[in-house]
Amino acid sequence: MSKLNPNYEASKWRKIERFVNGEEISDNPNLSKHEEEIREASQEDKERNEQFEATITDLEDRIQKERKRSIEALYRKYEKWPQTKGIKIFTHIYRILAVLFCVCIISVLLMTVSYLPTFGDASNPNNNEVPKRYIEKGIEETGAINFVAGMILDYRAFDTLGESHVLFIAACCVLILLRIDHSKNGKKPTEKAEAEEDDRKFEPKNDKILQKIASLLIPPIIIYGIYVVLNGHLSPGGGFSGGAIIGAGLILYLNAFGYEKIEKFFTYKTYQRITVGALLFYACAKSYSFYTGANHLESGIPKGIPGNILSSGLILPLNVAVGLVVACTMYGFYTLFRKGGM
Amino acid sequence: MGGNLLTNFYEAVAVILFGIGFTTLLLHRNMIKKILGFNIMDTAIYLFLAVKGYITGGMAPILTNGVEEQAYYINPVPSGLVLTGIVVSVSVTALMLALTIRLYRRYHTLDIDKMSMLAKKEDL
Amino acid sequence: MHLIQNFPFISIILCLASGVVSSVLSGKNAKRLCISLVSLLGILNSMVLFYVWKTKESYTFMMGHFPAPWGNELRIGVLESLMAVFFCAIMLLSLCGGMKRIFKDVEEEKTNLYFVMIDLMLSSLLAIIYTNDLFTAYVFVEINTIAACALIMIRNNGHSLVAAAKYMIMSLLGSGLILMALSMLYDLSGHLLMSNIKEAVAQILPGSQYEIPLTVVIALLCVGLAIKSALFPFHSWLPDAYGFSTPSSSAILSSLVSKAYIFLLIKIFYRVIGMDVMIDHKITNALFFFAVIGMLMGSLSAIKEHDIRRLIAFSSVAQIGYIYMGIGLGTKAGMMAALFHILSHAASKSMLFIAASGLSEVSGNSKDFTDLKGSGYRNKIAGIGFTVGALSMVGIPLFAGFTSKVYFAEAAVNASTSKMAIGMVILAISTILNAVYFIRAVISIYTPRNEHFIVPGYKPAVTFSVAMVFFIVLNFVLGIFSNPIMDAIEVGLKMFA
Repeated sequence: MSKLNPNYEASKWRKIERFVNGEEISDNPNLSKHEEEIREASQEDKERNEQFEATITDLEDRIQKERKRSIEALYRKYEKWPQTKGIKIFTHIYRILAVLFCVCIISVLLMTVSYLPTFGDASNPNNNEVPKRYIEKGIEETGAINFVAGMILDYRAFDTLGESHVLFIAACCVLILLRIDHSKNGKKPTEKAEAEEDDRKFEPKNDKILQKIASLLIPPIIIYGIYVVLNGHLSPGGGFSGGAIIGAGLILYLNAFGYEKIEKFFTYKTYQRITVGALLFYACAKSYSFYTGANHLESGIPKGIPGNILSSGLILPLNVAVGLVVACTMYGFYTLFRKGGM
Repeated sequence: MGGNLLTNFYEAVAVILFGIGFTTLLLHRNMIKKILGFNIMDTAIYLFLAVKGYITGGMAPILTNGVEEQAYYINPVPSGLVLTGIVVSVSVTALMLALTIRLYRRYHTLDIDKMSMLAKKEDL
Repeated sequence: MHLIQNFPFISIILCLASGVVSSVLSGKNAKRLCISLVSLLGILNSMVLFYVWKTKESYTFMMGHFPAPWGNELRIGVLESLMAVFFCAIMLLSLCGGMKRIFKDVEEEKTNLYFVMIDLMLSSLLAIIYTNDLFTAYVFVEINTIAACALIMIRNNGHSLVAAAKYMIMSLLGSGLILMALSMLYDLSGHLLMSNIKEAVAQILPGSQYEIPLTVVIALLCVGLAIKSALFPFHSWLPDAYGFSTPSSSAILSSLVSKAYIFLLIKIFYRVIGMDVMIDHKITNALFFFAVIGMLMGSLSAIKEHDIRRLIAFSSVAQIGYIYMGIGLGTKAGMMAALFHILSHAASKSMLFIAASGLSEVSGNSKDFTDLKGSGYRNKIAGIGFTVGALSMVGIPLFAGFTSKVYFAEAAVNASTSKMAIGMVILAISTILNAVYFIRAVISIYTPRNEHFIVPGYKPAVTFSVAMVFFIVLNFVLGIFSNPIMDAIEVGLKMFA
């Protein structure tokens, strides 16, 4: 707004702005008159600057040399460091102290354990009304025959929501650390080359035996993983274990057939779509049930007949979502560690 | 010393493992061994939790023979906590290993003291 | 149920969801989403604050269809919502102030991941503040740790990677101790919900079988959280982590992450174990002892530093010592002073980090004092911000730091005699030490300019200037109008118990 003002350069606002920007505030704000003078002055300045820079580069060179020398001295000192007698003694003392420290911690904790409630006693404090309700009303309230699944995905679902995001955030961290930028060439040539060199060592050379056996093994592995995910509310297992099995199947496929084949159906894009979709579905479903629960509304999700595969309300779809996220993350970890990309 | 040390045999083992893992994570210089120590420490805690959920003669907490009584099953709460904990420790382990790979590519060492020394030298 | 009562839960879920969405956006869009999210959450949480302040009652929010000991729960009181509002504000200002540097320090393809981390970090902070369940707190503490580690290491140089590794190792030790303590506490009480644990703990009488395990549990919890919030003997990770990350990260780490852990500790004091049990077990004395040493050692190490960012980092060690000293006094006044200092220190420290980044920007990106000479003239707004922050840290009247020091002194006078004597003496010494290094820093940024570094036509980014102005205003508000905030803290503490 103030820029429309013809006297903008002279206005107070401009002064404040310049002050904030750390420019010189000249008494005469009418700059155009002085432009010529400034230009001449700047010419002189430039020459002076050039001289100045020349001396500076000279100085910097000298400093660089000095630094190099000191680094070399440090290196030499460091190479000798582990061999000196003092350090050897120090390492010994360090080890002894470490063991002592360990023994101290263990003895304090052992003393604590000796006062804790006895093992396997049904009258311990933790066998109270909480597990009682999980077991005795669990089937009625959640529809899951597996009480643990009912507990982590319905009673204490907020923990599990946090937990699946832990997995997501760890995958993002590994992505930050190990993903190699393919868009810009030559930014980190050494690292990229190193990673690709590593990768070539592991890329299979069409091994017939491996491929035949893998093509026999992979379908049962993945089907078993799907079975574990889908039966999470009926039997031991669930999203996390089943997802890990599916991920293992994918990794085996990758190792037997190589990147070219797997990239036909599983790329970085697929990974992103599946993870984001599954996690968003998870968050939406859970926030619906949190919202209705806290406001004492009916959730209206049918529980089904306990024991059937299509039962227990949201637990089955949540298990599927978690399974997808875990499978993708496991596969993602593997590929990122191996060659820094999917 | 309280009287429960021998009956709490499994807890005692868990606690000893915890101490070993904790010390390794704190005092060992090698990054990989630190990660091993971390995993030992966390696994020890899961052992502790699993033991704490056990009730003598209890079944796994999945409906068996149609019985819905607390006394028939073990406590399901610690099992759930262990499940959550395992996922957390898997994630952290992956992160630490990735960090170690990056550091190794840069400094060609796994010793954390050496790494910080080399990092200081880079500055000069 | 009133609609406003849903806001804390909605803000946590929104953070998680936008973190997930940001992972597929471009860096610019992720930035927009993140900034608007943080502002929105500030507004939502201040509505919650007004609501709770008006009704004068805390309330619990059921996460799901099942009531307290079976399901998860949030608990919202004045103190919690005050912290949430404040954390949102500081996070917004720190992000704005360091925005230019974020895009410079982080690789282009990975900028969106930075904002993913910020979103998830905010969600974990809010969850730690609001939750009423210890295990939920543990899960979100882990998210917080990983996000903090990512914020350190995302600046891709050797130093920050080493710093991240050190930070991660110490944090993992802390979480291991917390998880162990949690399992033992579950074993003793049979609950994971804070209020139920407190009932169970109150029944453990002195001299009974469970007294020794309870002491060990308290000690483990305190040590675990002290490691994570860098109380004195466990501060080894701090200077590197704050010194070598991108400025926004250092501001967020120093002012929010460590404070969230301290807040969780205070919550455990009041809502899990009970303050009187804590005092009976002499844990406050131990904290007081380490806090006092930390106040001195942090300042002494800061005096030796030549690097401006590491100087501020070491001063954090001293300031965290102040907060623990307030907790360690074991009185209500001490706790209130500690809580107020959490706010004032968060405001000043994040301002110092952002201002320091502005100063080094006009000094050839050097952080050394010899290069920073005269930078206060080259980047005036950063110079003013740094001066205000430094004076506030030293404790000059009108600034936030002075007010909290007055509260500390007041609290120390009313504590037991030995603690009073030690507290007052150390406060005085520490103030002098603070003055030594901060005044030296201010003088060196205002000594006549060094011609070599003049950057022609340098202009600080608009967001930077705006953030600095808001920081300065916030500092004065905390310093001058502290009474309503203290009232809110008092009401909040009453609701806590």
